[in-house]
Amino acid sequence: MRKPRAAIVGAAETTQLGVIPGMSQLQLHCDAALNALADAGLTPKDIDGIACAEEMPWLIAHQLGITPTWVDGTDVGGCSYIMHLSHAAAAIEAGLCTTVLITHGESGRSQVGVGPLDMKWTDMHRQFELPFGVWGPPSLFTIPVLRYMKTYGLTEAQLAGVAVAQRQWAALNPRATLRAPTTVDEILSSRMVAYPFRKLMCCLVTDGGGALIVTAAERAHDRAQRPVYLLGSAEALEMPMISQMEDLTSSKAFRVSGHHALARAGVTHADVDHLMIYDAFAHLPIYGLEDLGFVKPGEAGAFIAEGRTAPGGELPTNTNGGGLCYMHSGRYGMYALQEGVRQMRGTAAAQVAGAEISVVHGVGGMFGAAATAVLSSNG
Amino acid sequence: MSEPVVPVPTPETRHFWEGTAAGELRLQRCDDCSKAYFPPRPFCPACASRRVSVFKSSGRARLHSYVISHRNAPGFTAPYAIALVELEEGPRMMSNIVDCPQTPEALRLDMPLAATFRQVSDTIWLPQFKPTEI
Ligand SMILES: [Zn+2]
Repeated sequence: MRKPRAAIVGAAETTQLGVIPGMSQLQLHCDAALNALADAGLTPKDIDGIACAEEMPWLIAHQLGITPTWVDGTDVGGCSYIMHLSHAAAAIEAGLCTTVLITHGESGRSQVGVGPLDMKWTDMHRQFELPFGVWGPPSLFTIPVLRYMKTYGLTEAQLAGVAVAQRQWAALNPRATLRAPTTVDEILSSRMVAYPFRKLMCCLVTDGGGALIVTAAERAHDRAQRPVYLLGSAEALEMPMISQMEDLTSSKAFRVSGHHALARAGVTHADVDHLMIYDAFAHLPIYGLEDLGFVKPGEAGAFIAEGRTAPGGELPTNTNGGGLCYMHSGRYGMYALQEGVRQMRGTAAAQVAGAEISVVHGVGGMFGAAATAVLSSNG
Repeated sequence: MSEPVVPVPTPETRHFWEGTAAGELRLQRCDDCSKAYFPPRPFCPACASRRVSVFKSSGRARLHSYVISHRNAPGFTAPYAIALVELEEGPRMMSNIVDCPQTPEALRLDMPLAATFRQVSDTIWLPQFKPTEI
């Protein structure tokens, strides 16, 4: 295990999650930031670095009265915040700043103070995908799966099993949106959205936000909270259009990001006690488990169906209930990080006993981008 | 049913859209390494050579993957398939499968397809694909 260079010393979500019609997207960022500052026992005066997505960094900085000397506006969809964490650690190590605030806020459901949908569509997407009847992530992110199913024999019941396993975690989490126990049959009886995906295989659409405060590992002691250390991190890009994904059964961005993050952290798969895999749709934990190397290609559907990622399983995964059951404002990566931090602090609603290493893996732009962080409770 | 989204060609993609209007599927190939590629760009994605040529694809393809949308979109009434086809020359592209029931039973992965063209504006024709055997 490598010696960590940075630590998370503040972490919080918005006071409310779910349906928040009384707060604009900008204020979701700020509400989360104020909660994270309070969590860390810091004030905006202590912050000299700012990173965010959705909104522009100057907006967040000005709202909070911060004059940052380091800024990161990387915006590659839902894994942006995991990249921000990685970049912040490097910037702190390079001496560009000492204390970084990372914010996310998204009025995904109520659409308060939000411009028109901007998925960072490129002109290539407008010319060569959009004219063929695509209408957003449920009609695009899902396209690889039939090829995966034919290649490996994954069944619709196994795809539904992902949602069943995550509902078991959500049942343990009072802040989760969907908590009632469910079954494969119930998932397979929900409304068809884009064959083979049914409504309950697709993420929630909610409002919320989250924020993190990052500083150097050696400055993380004697803080308001137990520090959570960043052991290693990585990121990767593959393509701007799902139609140009190299292999529909495996994400290159996942493989590259996951490999480098674990290598940089100096940990093996056997060291990992807890895993978060961004689940906008039910196939993502399947791709994530395989592409990060936790199981072999084609094995993840059965692995999940056997309960091995569910409560009591050997690899507790998406323990907040995930984007399928906890919340999903459109860009879920921040919530995956928050659950990783809670697990490493020992404060999660569905706490994994004795967990010391957590891997948080995110996706952005529908397999276009990926980022991975390896967190630890030990510095 | 509203009209579908109509592509707006750029200097780098004009050959493609002029091709579909002429009933041809036009791809590009590298003169140095022979890589055939799509979507259009004025250099080779495999070796970065600027020596590339436009050529006419056979239009033959196989169904690589798809979803069947159960929600309408501009120009499309559900259920309809949003499909990825793999062209005989190698590149893949997003398209639709026409002259075929939009059902999992009829839409078999790897089924052979042939290009066809659908006019969506005065100047733009979209490439679509139809099964070539039952
Ligand atoms: Zn070449």
